Amino acid sequence: MKKLDRYGYAFIAPFWVVFLTFSIYPVFLTLYYSFTNYTGSPGEEIVGFANYARLLTDTYFIEAFVNTIKIWGVNFALQIGLALLLALLFSDLRLKLKGLAFFRSFFYLPNLITISSVALLFGILLDWQHGSLNMMLLKLGIISDPINWLSQPVTAQLSVSLILTWMWFGHSFIIVMAGVSGISKDFFEAAHIDGANRWQMFTFVTLPLLKPILLYIMITSLIGGLQLFDLPLLLTDGIGAPDGSLNTMVLYLYNQAFKYNNYGYAAAVAYGLFLITLVFSAVVFKGMFRKERAAQKGA
Amino acid sequence: MEQNAESRRMLADSEVQPPREEKPLRVEPPKQKQKKKFFSRGVIYTGLIILTIICFIPFLMMLVNATRTNGEIMSGFSLLPGTALIDNYAILSDYINIWTGFKNSLIIAVLVTLLSGYFSAMTAFGFAFYDFKGKNVMFIFMLVMMMVPGQLGLIGFYEISKTLGILDSFIPLIIPSIASPFVVFFIRQYTQATLHISMIEAARIDGASELRIFHTIALPMMMPAVATMSIFTFIGSWNNYLMPLVLLFSPEKYTLPVLMGFLKGSQVAENLGALYLGIAISVVPIMIAFLFMSKYIVSSISAGAVKE
Repeated sequence: MKKLDRYGYAFIAPFWVVFLTFSIYPVFLTLYYSFTNYTGSPGEEIVGFANYARLLTDTYFIEAFVNTIKIWGVNFALQIGLALLLALLFSDLRLKLKGLAFFRSFFYLPNLITISSVALLFGILLDWQHGSLNMMLLKLGIISDPINWLSQPVTAQLSVSLILTWMWFGHSFIIVMAGVSGISKDFFEAAHIDGANRWQMFTFVTLPLLKPILLYIMITSLIGGLQLFDLPLLLTDGIGAPDGSLNTMVLYLYNQAFKYNNYGYAAAVAYGLFLITLVFSAVVFKGMFRKERAAQKGA
Repeated sequence: MEQNAESRRMLADSEVQPPREEKPLRVEPPKQKQKKKFFSRGVIYTGLIILTIICFIPFLMMLVNATRTNGEIMSGFSLLPGTALIDNYAILSDYINIWTGFKNSLIIAVLVTLLSGYFSAMTAFGFAFYDFKGKNVMFIFMLVMMMVPGQLGLIGFYEISKTLGILDSFIPLIIPSIASPFVVFFIRQYTQATLHISMIEAARIDGASELRIFHTIALPMMMPAVATMSIFTFIGSWNNYLMPLVLLFSPEKYTLPVLMGFLKGSQVAENLGALYLGIAISVVPIMIAFLFMSKYIVSSISAGAVKE
């Protein structure tokens, strides 16, 4: 080692001091608590795997898991569908659509807003009696009675999905668009000479070449979606009304820890959530690459 | 059209491919087809404009309702502003001081952005230009930890803040940003492509100290990458809800998102006009900033996602 290379340690030292203190240590501390009955006051006892055993049979947690997947799934399907459709339109050489920068900015705008403001805003827009949405729909004659959006499980979950779509499709669109503009025009020209129509060009050229980007969007969206928390917390009563349909995994974790002081159990919930995230990410990765291998074999 | 220009510029920058002639993709279509094309473009533009309106209408309702009285809002929907803006502000400021939340959020977000940018550049510099024992192991460990979701350490983080006696202060919201793995990773990738070791060696021969080299040569050259990440760091900190909610107890220390959540349960919620105004105050500055920065934000998102 050259003498100068000792400076390397000096340059990375502040990072590691903070990283170890505020990132690594808490993760292990949480792991320790997940094996205890810690309730916030010192003197916790080690209870082995009791918290994890409880987690596996906890209907609230399982329900929270199902809710989270449902809400995220609907949102993701809509979001990626919309983003791909928009990218397809804007990348079409024959259509030559104008105003990409303008539309892109407006589509992305909802993503920048503080989520608690979004939740509050939609909370009152969706209000049963005085909400602007019902009033507008009534005025336009689309509905005859106000709909109680946030007190029916299905419409409440759908509302959260749609709000998330509203917030995130612009973001996905920008990323997909960046991917599309990175594809060499030669591919499209070659496909065109071969007589491909718009749809064939999309399915045989654009989509396969976008695969890495779609994988990126899917993984990041999934990890974010599994952590869904603030919208359900702020839209209704904070513990998942109506009928527990807005109870998500992180909301459950938050309430167990900071509302009911069950830190030990909440720590186990955190690790359960982590394992679920790992498994889902692995499945997505594997699914993506298996198809690729099959395609290569076929070709 | 614009993405064509963009990609052409990218090609020009990379200087890999020779300049290509612009040639029409196909011969002019017969007249009938052109008519059909015009119609479908009209449909597409209509759809895009409807989508734009959907994206914007919640904000429009918010702005309009912020100027209307409670009674007006309850009695019907309107797109014309009312006259109760000042009254609504008076009601709102009776309950909370929204500008305190604003100030708190600003202080935290600015410090987080500065610390994260400076120390990430420093760490990236250390990883990129020195050879020391355990370097690769540390780097890989950092990347692995990057995948771990924030909730995993939440309870431990709360406990260590309690032990250190820094609960209900800005410290646990600011100091951890010194260690931002993704920012380090991004800046390191950028640095390896732009900053050559020979520049550093030249400075050493001229007698500059290592710290001076970092400050006068490396940091300025890393600035584009630092700035790109700073936009996200700032927005992320500004919009962060979970951490301040867990760590702060005193209302005068609340950040804007926490204050907004707090509004929901308060008596302000009974006066819809004042509530809308509170939301508007929290949202409008971001909207204005976005007007000026949208180009940079869009290119930053693309830079973060698309790696070539």
